[in-house]
Amino acid sequence: MSEKEEKPRKKSRREFLQDLGIVGIGTLLGGSAIFAGVNYDKKKKASDRMRVLTAENELLEIEKSDTTKVVKSQLQNLTYLQKQGRDGLAGRRFVMVIDLSKCRNARKCMSACNNAHHLNPDQHHINVLKMQETKETPPYYMPKPCQHCDNPPCVSVCPVDATFKRQDGIVLIDNERCIGCRFCIAACPYSARIFNWAEPIKSLEDEGQTYNVELNVPQRKGTVSKCLFSADRLREGKLPYCVSACPNGVYYFGDENEDTVTNGTTKETVRFKKLLEDNGGYTLMPELGTQPRVYYLPAKGKEYPFQEKDKLEASEHLENS
Amino acid sequence: MSDQLKIDKITTDLLQSIRLNRSFMIWFGFLGISLVVCLGAYVLQLKDGLVVTGLRDYVSWGMYISNFVFFVATSLVGMLMSAVLGLSGQKWAAPLARIAEIIALAFAAVAGLVIVMDMGRPERLLNVFLHGRIQSPILWDVTVVTIYVLISTLFLYIPLIPDLKICYDKLDKLPPFARNIYKLLSLNWTGSPQQEKIIKQSTRVIAIFIIPVALAIHTVTSWLFASTSRVGWDSTIFGPYFVTGAFVAGSAAVIIAMYFYSNNYKLHDYITEKHFDKMGKLLMLVSLIYLYFNLNEYMVPAYKMKKFDAMHIHALFTGSHALMFWLVQMGGLVIPIILMLFKKIRKPLPLMVISVLVLLGAWFKRYIIVVPTQEHPYLPIQNVPLDFKVYTPTLVEILVTIAPFILVLIIITVLSKVIPIIPVHETIEQLEEHK
Repeated sequence: MSEKEEKPRKKSRREFLQDLGIVGIGTLLGGSAIFAGVNYDKKKKASDRMRVLTAENELLEIEKSDTTKVVKSQLQNLTYLQKQGRDGLAGRRFVMVIDLSKCRNARKCMSACNNAHHLNPDQHHINVLKMQETKETPPYYMPKPCQHCDNPPCVSVCPVDATFKRQDGIVLIDNERCIGCRFCIAACPYSARIFNWAEPIKSLEDEGQTYNVELNVPQRKGTVSKCLFSADRLREGKLPYCVSACPNGVYYFGDENEDTVTNGTTKETVRFKKLLEDNGGYTLMPELGTQPRVYYLPAKGKEYPFQEKDKLEASEHLENS
Repeated sequence: MSDQLKIDKITTDLLQSIRLNRSFMIWFGFLGISLVVCLGAYVLQLKDGLVVTGLRDYVSWGMYISNFVFFVATSLVGMLMSAVLGLSGQKWAAPLARIAEIIALAFAAVAGLVIVMDMGRPERLLNVFLHGRIQSPILWDVTVVTIYVLISTLFLYIPLIPDLKICYDKLDKLPPFARNIYKLLSLNWTGSPQQEKIIKQSTRVIAIFIIPVALAIHTVTSWLFASTSRVGWDSTIFGPYFVTGAFVAGSAAVIIAMYFYSNNYKLHDYITEKHFDKMGKLLMLVSLIYLYFNLNEYMVPAYKMKKFDAMHIHALFTGSHALMFWLVQMGGLVIPIILMLFKKIRKPLPLMVISVLVLLGAWFKRYIIVVPTQEHPYLPIQNVPLDFKVYTPTLVEILVTIAPFILVLIIITVLSKVIPIIPVHETIEQLEEHK
């Protein structure tokens, strides 16, 4: 028994020396590798690293070699655009304020919008209405875009999730999904939605272009279209088409979370809540519980005369009251 | 012996309609050609888009949606006649049950197509199943209409099983393949007491089950409108209002069908003056209930005349839709109710004429519910061409609207040529009971 036990002990002593050698060489190699690696890292220039801002607003430093460029082709990928269009812009809550005391029916908003979204000239995402509440009260002009309700009736009734509410407050429509039932048109109390009854006027021009949910171009026959708060411009950090086009300072646009809105004409940025407070801001038909994201400032102290030719049209909506 | 003779007479009488004759061919050819013409109009709509209709951004639901409501409404009569009257022991209605079921099935099955005709993108219909959102009343409608069509098929088929066996036995002049279809569909019916019991029980279960489903299809259809905040649609009584209106349309349709069957198929012994009298009373009753709902629906807002309600009420009572409104209310409801008070009017021919008026009124009533509301939105309609403000149906649209009616007539015609439209087995059974 004891002899048998001794044999392996001798063997293991020899083996121990062998192992020691292997470990020693291994350590040497490993150490030099680490040394070489650290040296290599030190040799790298500062220009090999870059700073990136994440969507969560965090500033990070990473190596350039670790990045992959967002290839242009991805922006032409329908699925990518649809997902981006549904996700919206994190951390934002867009609002619009329309100052009725400034609107003199220049309609630059309407034409800018029609051009951007390739609309038929008779159909409008934003429409400047001639309004009058009672016979005794004065008429005024009222631009009416989609109200981007926080409790949108159109979204509730859509059977296929073609129209949806984004985290940044914008209500959009995916015309690759829309079945054209027009229930949303029936449900919208603000008549904000239009339908492509025929082949859209620019369909030939737009052929082959990838559909962008945030621009709703190309327009599609048999689907619904509506004001998008120019979601494509917002992604680029710009003001909506209508807001920028207004020559009269009617529109303020901004972010409720930041409590700031910027006037599209003067580019002046003001506090959103204070603007509403100082000027008696209100929303359209609040009794319907739709909770619009478009606010109006009353036509108090109008800076223009209401045109004579528009008076009849403004009073038409009161004929029976 | 005399009983056997009677049974033989019943069988021959009720089965004699199952044959193809000249007049059927002419009628069917006429239906076929009309359908092709109407479908041609639909192809035009598919090609050019809904621009071929009078629909525009403000009035975006028109004749097609009115038609859909009308079709769903008319299909409810199956439930009224077969289930409600059947379960409440109204034996007189038993011979009419199959007519009502055929009408119900035809209208319900075609209603699904009507809604597809209104879609801007019919080829994306599958999206409703792929991306369906449960909070949309359209999803509820698709679900209950499908269930109703399935149950109505069963409701027609199960009581028919004994008759199919009779068809197989008696119609020996038919080609063998046709007889084999009858045999196959009769599921080895032998008339054993156990089989009788199964049929009785299952018919009863379906009769009970079909009542809530039928109520659901038209209530949900009414919610397509009532779920919006539009003036004229934003009403809490729309469910029962639509359901009672549905019974009016359906009963009228059954009376018209009864008249043609009793004359063309020589069924005067089975669809008697007594049946017309009873149906006249039923139509009067449901019309009265409907009139009551109309009174509520229009007089309550008309009393208050709130700003937007007033616009709507004015358009209906004295404005652009007044002629149609009063024709529908008086000619399609009030005058028929008064006339049907008289026994003389509840005879086959006058009752059939009245039913045609009621049914026409019922169709235009749906138009009155669907269209005028959209011409008066909360915000004024401005900066658009005139045809956006006023809805005028086009010829193409009218043809496409007629297409589903032709389809319904084709289904009814085919069904009444292949199955006995008066239940043979039940009629014989009743004869034996009276012995």
